[in-house]
Amino acid sequence: PITFMNNSDPPPPPPPPPPPLMSAESPPVPPPPPPPPPPPAGEAQAHRAPPPPPPPPPPPGIMIDKRRTGSSRSPNNIADGDMSASGVPAREGALENEEEELTLKYGAKHVIMLFVPVTLCMIVVVATIKSVRFYTEKNGQLIYTPFSEDTPSVGQRLLNSVLNTIIMISVIVVMTVFLVLLYKYRCYKFIHGWLILSSLMLLFLFTYIYLGEVLKMYNVAMDYPTLFLVIWNFGAVGMICIHWKGPLQLQQAYLIMISALMALVFIKYLPEWSAWVILGAISIYDLMAVLCPKGPLRMLVETAQERNEPIFPALIYSSAMMWTVGMAKPDTAARGASQQTWDAAEDGRENHRSPLHADSQMSETRSPGPTRPITSFEELEEEERGVKLGLGDFIFYSVLVGKAAATASGDWNTTLACFVAILIGLCLTLLLLAVFKKALPALPISITFGLVFYFSTDNLVRPFMDTLASHQLYI
Amino acid sequence: PALGLFLFTIARDPLRIIILIAGAFFWLVSLLLSSLIWFIAVKASDPRDEPLQKGLLIFGVMFSVLLQEAFRFLYYKLLRKAIEGLVALSEDGCSPISIQQMAYVAGVGFGLMSGAFSMINLLADALGPGTVGIHGDSQLYFLTSAFMTMVLIFLHTFWGILFFHGCEHRRWWEIMAVVVMHLAVSGSTFCNPLYVGSLVPSYLLMAAAATWAYLLSGGSAQNLRRFLLCKS
Repeated sequence: PITFMNNSDPPPPPPPPPPPLMSAESPPVPPPPPPPPPPPAGEAQAHRAPPPPPPPPPPPGIMIDKRRTGSSRSPNNIADGDMSASGVPAREGALENEEEELTLKYGAKHVIMLFVPVTLCMIVVVATIKSVRFYTEKNGQLIYTPFSEDTPSVGQRLLNSVLNTIIMISVIVVMTVFLVLLYKYRCYKFIHGWLILSSLMLLFLFTYIYLGEVLKMYNVAMDYPTLFLVIWNFGAVGMICIHWKGPLQLQQAYLIMISALMALVFIKYLPEWSAWVILGAISIYDLMAVLCPKGPLRMLVETAQERNEPIFPALIYSSAMMWTVGMAKPDTAARGASQQTWDAAEDGRENHRSPLHADSQMSETRSPGPTRPITSFEELEEEERGVKLGLGDFIFYSVLVGKAAATASGDWNTTLACFVAILIGLCLTLLLLAVFKKALPALPISITFGLVFYFSTDNLVRPFMDTLASHQLYI
Repeated sequence: PALGLFLFTIARDPLRIIILIAGAFFWLVSLLLSSLIWFIAVKASDPRDEPLQKGLLIFGVMFSVLLQEAFRFLYYKLLRKAIEGLVALSEDGCSPISIQQMAYVAGVGFGLMSGAFSMINLLADALGPGTVGIHGDSQLYFLTSAFMTMVLIFLHTFWGILFFHGCEHRRWWEIMAVVVMHLAVSGSTFCNPLYVGSLVPSYLLMAAAATWAYLLSGGSAQNLRRFLLCKS
């Protein structure tokens, strides 16, 4: 058995900015994995050390990042430390109405901005599952799911999967509460170090395994120095991008890649029924954690909101982010200072739709950000919308689609059906976000749709379509 | 071709993409329900009775067609409501997308989904080794499937336009014509593998539907000539 330290944290819901869904799970950093027990003899992977526990999954959740201050919506102050209300009092009234319309008008754009990365992640996962056989072989289980599913009777198997789920969910809950407590008591260094450690592990170790498997699959020879160079570059750039500054697209690409890697790990190491039950249970948990007043994710979001800080950059995917800015002061000195910290992407601000630059590190965000000249407020108004989606959402969506691709006998039909179902769930969730205007869990609706469609397509539609195809009938 | 349609006309506007995916979703749900019915019918009947199975299959196909059209109608209703919402929200009082565009996109959504479901397993299998038609089946299986799928996708697009137009102007006969055409096309596939019986009528019907939809959308022979001759 391979031991994994699996830190999956339900993503903390980001503070409710304009109604995008933000359910962010803060992935807990996994503690260093205990040495894996010797693999069973005869295993193909016997030589391979069990992968270290995956870092805690990023919190699921969608949050819209809207940088208007004094708007009728709840202030979005998480990711971009937007201008405080004191900055632009005069414009508030006039802007409110516009905001309402603009938000919903841009709603479609945001949905697409979320569709694309989710789709990309799913494509990567499905492509890997279909081509590389490593991820569908059963080589052991996570330590978090100790009950095996190889039992002969159905009832026993069901019981085992339920027990697995309970264990996994409790691990997630504990980790999340731990993270929230740390956040509350301002142990930022600890959290930061934890996140760095976990992303380090993800970037280097999992990439190494992944590359190894892909190369093995296609029978491409690669020597160790080249491999080392490639992985080192990949990992180093990734660390910089995610935790520090970097071009937005690159950061997004890296986040997608680590979500895909994480999802692949889950797909490989979770036994069948447990995976489905876990998916269901985690969406229920997400629902509760985000919406209940005492839910850990909600507390995390609210705390972050109170302190006017962005959520950890390594846990959230943001479609358009802004450098943290502090108060807006209409002075040229501020303009000069802010210019320094703003990225070259700022030039794109002239174009209202350009994505904003990614957030910087925690330390940067905590210190008062550069002030923003008030004159540029207007042109920045429309740019600062972004939608934030927690990485945990990516991961679990990909797990669902990947499992569908791996285990469904209906092959591509089921995968396609799950994909469409998840996208529709995302749409609906975003719609609800527009209605409710606070942080919402992104998992439940999509996962429910996905599960329903998976099981129904696999069992009902597949025989129908197969029979139709064999007679070449068309409906 | 359908993918080309998608890329050129839909991928630009995010709203259209959402409508497309929602359309695909509706088709999927209709497929789900129809296969549920068929499944129940099959389970409740005798699996060894061949003609009965075939009959059940035909029944399933017809029922599915009817369900698809019903869902198209439901989708139309939903889009109507959405248009009102969009109009209310937009700044200059008119909707960013017209009902005809929605009809087109919805049709493409339906078509893409149905095409995908029909073709994709075939394509996946086609990548692997094997010979087509080795057991005495037609050797043109893949080709005809491809053509049939393409014609079906186009037909769905045109039916979408026609259907929505009929609903808009309350012309019930248009809606009935769409349903009848759909039934006819599906029915013609029963002639497979006698391909001439299914492909030819389908293409004819598609040409008819295309001209009809084109005329409905405000085109005319003059427009067409100008477009083809690249006049301004």
